[in-house]
Amino acid sequence: MFEIIEKERIGPGVNRMVISAPEIARAHRPGQFIILRCHEDGERIPLTVADKDPERGTITLVWQEVGVTTYYMGTMCVGERLVDVCGPLGKPTHVEKFGTVVGVGGGIGVAPLYPITKAMHDAGNHVMSIIGARTEGLLIMTEDTRKVCDELIISTDDGSFGVHGFVTQVLQGLIDKGTKIDLVVAIGPVPMMKAVVKVTRAAQLPTVVSLNPIMVDGTGMCGACRVEVNGKTKFGCVDGPEFDGFQVDFDLLTKRLAMYKGPELIALNKFRETPRGCQCEFPGGA
Amino acid sequence: MSEQQEKKTAKPKKPKVPRQKMPEQDALERARNFYEVALGYDNDLALLEASRCLHCKKPYCMSGCPVEVDIPDFVEMVKKGDFISAAWKVKEKNSLPRIAGRVCPQESQCEAKCVLGAKGKGEPCAIGRLERFVADWASVHAADELPEVAKSTGLKVGVVGSGPAGLTLAGALIKKGVGVTVFEALHELGGVLVYGIPEFRLPKAIVRAEVNELRKLGVEFKTNWVIGRIETVDDLLEKRKLDSVFIGSGAGAPLFLKIPGENLNGVYSANEYLTRSNLMKAYLFPQADTPVAKGRKVVVFGGGNVAMDSARTALRLGAETVTIVYRRTMQELPARAEEVHHAEEEGVEFKLLTAPLEIIGNEAGWAVGIKCQKMELGEPDASGRRRPVPIPGDYFDIECDTAIVAIGNAANPLVPTTTKNLETNKWGNIVADLESGKTSKKRVWAGGDIVTGAATVILAMGAGRKAALSMLNEFNLG
Repeated sequence: MFEIIEKERIGPGVNRMVISAPEIARAHRPGQFIILRCHEDGERIPLTVADKDPERGTITLVWQEVGVTTYYMGTMCVGERLVDVCGPLGKPTHVEKFGTVVGVGGGIGVAPLYPITKAMHDAGNHVMSIIGARTEGLLIMTEDTRKVCDELIISTDDGSFGVHGFVTQVLQGLIDKGTKIDLVVAIGPVPMMKAVVKVTRAAQLPTVVSLNPIMVDGTGMCGACRVEVNGKTKFGCVDGPEFDGFQVDFDLLTKRLAMYKGPELIALNKFRETPRGCQCEFPGGA
Repeated sequence: MSEQQEKKTAKPKKPKVPRQKMPEQDALERARNFYEVALGYDNDLALLEASRCLHCKKPYCMSGCPVEVDIPDFVEMVKKGDFISAAWKVKEKNSLPRIAGRVCPQESQCEAKCVLGAKGKGEPCAIGRLERFVADWASVHAADELPEVAKSTGLKVGVVGSGPAGLTLAGALIKKGVGVTVFEALHELGGVLVYGIPEFRLPKAIVRAEVNELRKLGVEFKTNWVIGRIETVDDLLEKRKLDSVFIGSGAGAPLFLKIPGENLNGVYSANEYLTRSNLMKAYLFPQADTPVAKGRKVVVFGGGNVAMDSARTALRLGAETVTIVYRRTMQELPARAEEVHHAEEEGVEFKLLTAPLEIIGNEAGWAVGIKCQKMELGEPDASGRRRPVPIPGDYFDIECDTAIVAIGNAANPLVPTTTKNLETNKWGNIVADLESGKTSKKRVWAGGDIVTGAATVILAMGAGRKAALSMLNEFNLG
């Protein structure tokens, strides 16, 4: 189980992997995530499922190399196996016909947004996607997204591709034009989601965000993933990962995400000192 | 251990031999390592201790055992030096004796009923230590011998959760020819035995060995399998066509104090702290990838066994000071006396009659201290214990960089809320008959912490055993 079927580099430090996980592929609903371990001494990390193919029995993971586990995964090859993949976890996205749904994806957040966009589109919504990144080279899954939405607007912070500016500016533009929007779904770095909520709060547009707190078990047993929503403590893994954006304490989330910064660096440095065997060459690899 | 077993069984008329202490690692040395604290009897100590048993005609000790081990008989076999037979005797009722011998609160169960210790006249026979000894002996000297397994009946049972309740039930059913598949959410098998109870109290190799024995008997295990997400209990019954399901998913939803500052960095539930250290091997970091805060000044809230485990783990992770903050006094501490004693020996401090009011944080969002309220004991409450009441105006702060909340668990709703027609009580625990484990739902049994709320390993084993007997009865295999 959990054999790597495909693996490619889709951006600097960003990879895509298709793994064999038939039962998860069958049970997974948009918005749900998995927790994986690469090897016997590995940590458990949550990753949102970017796509699935129940007939083929596979799920697709897209991740950015930031810590020891994601770097390790970057060195894994087709034919190797992840020791553990647990899922699907978390509550699925609430999908229905809302009318017009705007999906806002920033950076690596474009990947988890993809299945939600697809589901919203399949449910008969008019779906507009706003995808952004710092620069052109960091844009991911633009063509995949284009296929499952009605309108796609791409922006880059440096103007190297598409609209010059932040995704929030694009969203503000839509609102200013008087576009009728019934729901906004925003997934990306915490500062981006916070900024989106600032815009949508002013315009009173219901906004769903998907949070990525640190987790261990993913079943509500440990409470590592505590987030505050409407002043109440919630567990990201079982109460989420999606919450009403207006009620999320993003500053607390930012602080909690930094809890292991020191140890994370130690682990990463140790990993870098002991290179792994794989010598795969990725097109455009870093 | 010597292969040569002493055959002498000189039986003194009166038990003049004192209760034999179990050798343990030196307190200060062990407080800095994760090796097992208690080292176990050797042959001589076991023979000596067993010689104290009076082999009562009416064995009260057995009535104190949740799984009704034939205590006088197995101790008699120890007396005769027949350790293997003794181990088999224990295993007739308890399929996980190496575990029970280590984590059972014998002092309030079998040993509390022992005639030798009655009326405070003497000390009870050390039944738990003998159980541990024979089970360990058999694991070395009869490692490949397996209990007999009846011919397959074709019946199939699903077990939700691989903790002590589920493993016990699996063992009891497979021996009667009932097929068993255990579904475990985590990547390791054993539930609380691997994520909760620390290595220094219960080495994980023992849990793995016990699980492997079940596997050899034919029990199937599926890890990374969260019932309630990938499949529901109803799916197990209808799609997998299992004959019945046992839910032993544990308590597993940590309670917090509901005081300000609880989501600061450095504040853990005991579940998380212990899971990181035990299951994820954070004590080996960075050899293992998972980190845990290596606090200098650690405060633990709560007075149960989990609080003791957390405090002692913090010491081993290198804390300078570890303080247990508890609202009542030493007399009311719910932890086992032995655990409290071990914690004290190792240097854990106790701040009693103290209630936390707030966790104080710094700019970066890290815990730096606890604002506390001094308490005194007032009138007895519903539990019969004297209720702690605040002493007005008596506040003080405790410095800390890590705080661990060990005040118990609520029922994890994942399984109860995804199962149709399954009755739960107001706390979310599954309602099940305590004698049979039967729930309101046909073909579904439940037991352990998900029914009773957080309790002990042996009570969970007892529930697993009772449910197994009830199922066998229903299958006409009893």
